[in-house]
Amino acid sequence: MNTASVSTTQLSVSERVKAVAAALVIGVALIYTTGFAASTNVHNAAHDTRHGLAFPCH
Amino acid sequence: MVTRVLTVSILAGLLAGLIVAALQHVTTTPLILKAETYESASAAPSTSFAAFGGEARIILAHGGVDHAEGAEHDEWKPQDGLQRLLFTSAATIGTAIGFAALLLAGMLAAGDGIDQRRALIWGACGFVAFGLAPGMGLAPELPGAASAALHARQLWWIGTALATAAGLFLFLRYEAPWLKALAVAVILLPHIVGAPHAPTPESKVPAELAAHFTSLSLGIQAALWLVTAFLVGTFWPWLSRRAEAR
Repeated sequence: MNTASVSTTQLSVSERVKAVAAALVIGVALIYTTGFAASTNVHNAAHDTRHGLAFPCH
Repeated sequence: MVTRVLTVSILAGLLAGLIVAALQHVTTTPLILKAETYESASAAPSTSFAAFGGEARIILAHGGVDHAEGAEHDEWKPQDGLQRLLFTSAATIGTAIGFAALLLAGMLAAGDGIDQRRALIWGACGFVAFGLAPGMGLAPELPGAASAALHARQLWWIGTALATAAGLFLFLRYEAPWLKALAVAVILLPHIVGAPHAPTPESKVPAELAAHFTSLSLGIQAALWLVTAFLVGTFWPWLSRRAEAR
């Protein structure tokens, strides 16, 4: 982290971009799986959550 | 920072998911179980509905349609009782971790400082975008309600959530009047297009039960957003201070 060639603002911007990207991927993947994935097994496992949290189900 | 995003998402989501899973267990899940008794009581003779063909196809949730060809027998689902409770709780925790990650993505991308108050405002907007706005077109349904094809509803739901989120961001972040007007237009657009609905409303579930469930499930989603956001706003500053102290 303390390499002299990289300015701290640049570092924090690219860090931030990476953090946002990671958060987006995790968030979308999880919500897609629990709320939208078409697999019958996933649907049946998450059924009550999908209904209970107002996701479209069936 | 990526590690902090992961840690905070998991911590906040796990805790919020557990709390809301407990809430669901005593609020929405009992209504779902009750609705399933109506549904199974009338599932057998309702098969003929399904095949209108083309785009006007009605799908009775859980009705005879998909299960008519004996698919039901080899299909896995959690057993009623403890197993079902565990799977529901796991799915709710997964959703909460997802909400936490989306909140962090939004707040970090916007360059906001993250504290409890700001996180709660983001959480409230998350509920408006992912709960209230899609719910105005597609009311949360109990099993047994009639509705349009799932894929069309999911597309409309996702489009509405994204449009509402973008519209809220534009409206709250920019001063220019034309941008605020654009924001309102973007928020209204999916409702002008209209949500896909079943051509004939044919629900097996009593209206009182369905209405109760609709408001309950929106309230539960609101609780999930707010509890998750509050915990994100609690854990993020705490971990940031620890990282700086090192």
